[in-house]
Amino acid sequence: MSGPRALRQPMGLRAVSAGFLGVWCLLASFPFVWIAAMSFKAPVDSFAPNPLHVLFGPATLAAGKGLSLLDLAAGAAVLWIAVRLAVRWLPGVVARGTPPGWIAVGWFVGSLLFGLAFVAVFFGLLPLVLGGLDPVVGPLGVPVLGLTAEHYESVWVGNEFYRNFVNSLIVTAGVVAVSLTVGTLAGYGLARSGSRLAFWLLIVALVFRALPHSVLVAGDLPPFIHSAEVLRPLLGEAAPTLYGKPWAVIAVLVSINQPFTIWMLRSFFQNIPLDLDEAARVDGCTHFQAFRWVIMPVMWPGVITTGLFSFLLAYNDYLVTSLLLDAQNQTMVPAIAGYFNRETTTTDQVEAVAAAVSITAPLFLLVMVFQRQIVSGLTAGAVKG
Amino acid sequence: MKFRTFAAFVGPSLFLMFVFIAAPLVSVFWQSFHVTKARFETVEVETCTPGFLKPTCVTEMVTRPVLDEHGQPRLETRFTGFGSYRNVLEPDRTLAALRDLDWRALLTIDFWKALRFTLTFTLITLPLVIGGGLVIAVVVNNVARSLRGPVIFVSLLPFIITPVIGALSIRWLFIGDGIMTAFLEWWLERDIAMFAQGGTIELLMLFYRVWHVAPFAFVVFYAGLQTVNQDTLESAIIDGASRWERLRYVVIPHLMPLIVFVALIHLMDAYRVFEEVVGFSSQAHVISLQWLTYDLLTPDDSGNRAISRASASAMLTMVGIVILLVPLLLRTWRDQRPGGPGGAGGGR
Repeated sequence: MSGPRALRQPMGLRAVSAGFLGVWCLLASFPFVWIAAMSFKAPVDSFAPNPLHVLFGPATLAAGKGLSLLDLAAGAAVLWIAVRLAVRWLPGVVARGTPPGWIAVGWFVGSLLFGLAFVAVFFGLLPLVLGGLDPVVGPLGVPVLGLTAEHYESVWVGNEFYRNFVNSLIVTAGVVAVSLTVGTLAGYGLARSGSRLAFWLLIVALVFRALPHSVLVAGDLPPFIHSAEVLRPLLGEAAPTLYGKPWAVIAVLVSINQPFTIWMLRSFFQNIPLDLDEAARVDGCTHFQAFRWVIMPVMWPGVITTGLFSFLLAYNDYLVTSLLLDAQNQTMVPAIAGYFNRETTTTDQVEAVAAAVSITAPLFLLVMVFQRQIVSGLTAGAVKG
Repeated sequence: MKFRTFAAFVGPSLFLMFVFIAAPLVSVFWQSFHVTKARFETVEVETCTPGFLKPTCVTEMVTRPVLDEHGQPRLETRFTGFGSYRNVLEPDRTLAALRDLDWRALLTIDFWKALRFTLTFTLITLPLVIGGGLVIAVVVNNVARSLRGPVIFVSLLPFIITPVIGALSIRWLFIGDGIMTAFLEWWLERDIAMFAQGGTIELLMLFYRVWHVAPFAFVVFYAGLQTVNQDTLESAIIDGASRWERLRYVVIPHLMPLIVFVALIHLMDAYRVFEEVVGFSSQAHVISLQWLTYDLLTPDDSGNRAISRASASAMLTMVGIVILLVPLLLRTWRDQRPGGPGGAGGGR
């Protein structure tokens, strides 16, 4: 530690500070680690009062579902290779494989395929190969750690959780795409206008942001259920019932998110110098052309950050999706309520834990990849205030 | 920028907000004064059962729904004035409870129960979130640079997790003989059931919310700490200010706008508390205002949704939000006025 001597801290203070930080990190990560450990164990182990049983799973092991040292080493190796590939190899492939301007779509497809390939190798190929190897290698092949993926299997395959996953994917992708398209236009208009009207619109948006979502849903629900009758005079027989339609929910979530989106994008647009617009205008661009060809290319960091928050809103939503979607179009988060409300057996509960871990895993990856953008988004509006 | 260009840019966003935010508000307002239900008629029905010599016949008045040509009950919408509000607030029981100063009786009425929890929840979590965020920010600012990235990564996890899942993951630590309950039982040497009474559930809900939001406060304050004026700090040292005094008189005043910002965002969000009730399944003991509306909107056992009562409860919830919003609006008004010092807002 260099710096002025007066700024140097006494040992005691440093120890207290480091200790507090350690406690906080433990507190922040412990629930995640713990539910992840629980989800891989037989129910007896998952809810055992002895923490060591939850970690090492003796009952799971006794039931013949364990991993040997060889399995652990192979699993760790595959994980390590996957991370290396994702960091080193994937970006290049995505960059080369997609036409310019489609990079976001390229990343979406690329990471989806990569994820699927990983699941196929890790849960499909690896157990097959190791199943053959374990009996051959002697002491290295004896199971030592109780671990089973059977709950994941029954959640994803048996209970068809992949349907909810696809629904979540549709709703989330829709919300992010529409919300960014509409939001960037509005954010740019508001940032460059400076008129009294723009000011009032922002104030109204702020009021809208504070509204509880249940109020909006209470207003939406009856018209959505009866929309076919109401719209029939206008649209004839094609009049849709909006209740239960994913695209109707996308529209509602986009609108709920719109106030926040335009505030955030506006503050990003304000950081882009006005000279850039003016130069484009002097060269003969219309306002829209200047926006599309000059401003948007330098706005990507802001757009990605705002997109992340739209993603979080849509992905994490419980209230709107559970009230406006019917059972067959249900997304992941409301679907999990079915497990913990049932709670008839401990197996159900461990399956709920496995479903919860499945929902959390993508978010975990998201923070890993986009930590910088999330931090900049959180501070975007605040710091300049 | 000309008005027409401005309108073209802002139009789609305004359209969406108008259709899905402003229109529902009007619709909630209207619904809260009207009730839609099946129309009933009372008819005289003679039912006969075969008997000896002659059938036994009973004539009685039966109330039954009027059916339309498709065999569906015919619905009618009636203006009920403040009827739905009365159903939610139950003024007779409320007044009786107030007259007797009977706090328990008052809290048996769902709306007051929900309001009590929502307000205490908001006011208790507020200082904890601000204090917690501030302490974490100061402490992180104190460690070696190479450690800060991983620490921020770990700290962000509770913030971005799906609220329902976050609440569930805390609940699973405490449920039955979960690890934390087992630990507390060993430590306090007594039997503990965290989910048997309202008080402990409420404690867990408070803990969950602070755990969930403190990272947001931390990140905002941490960013603010990077811009503290070093010259001011050094002059404070020369003037003999202790560590605590520097924090109190230099750093905190510098962070004050951010503290206000986090406080207002947190007030808005905590007032909407909802996911905790779902995640901890606390509805038997503790409910919140948003949950009350949600519960009225979910179909009951016979498949009916209490739309009017839900709308009335939603309108009452909004009264609270308006009261909370006044200071926020005044502040934004000052900052964002055309020609004002521009900046704050956004965030989450």
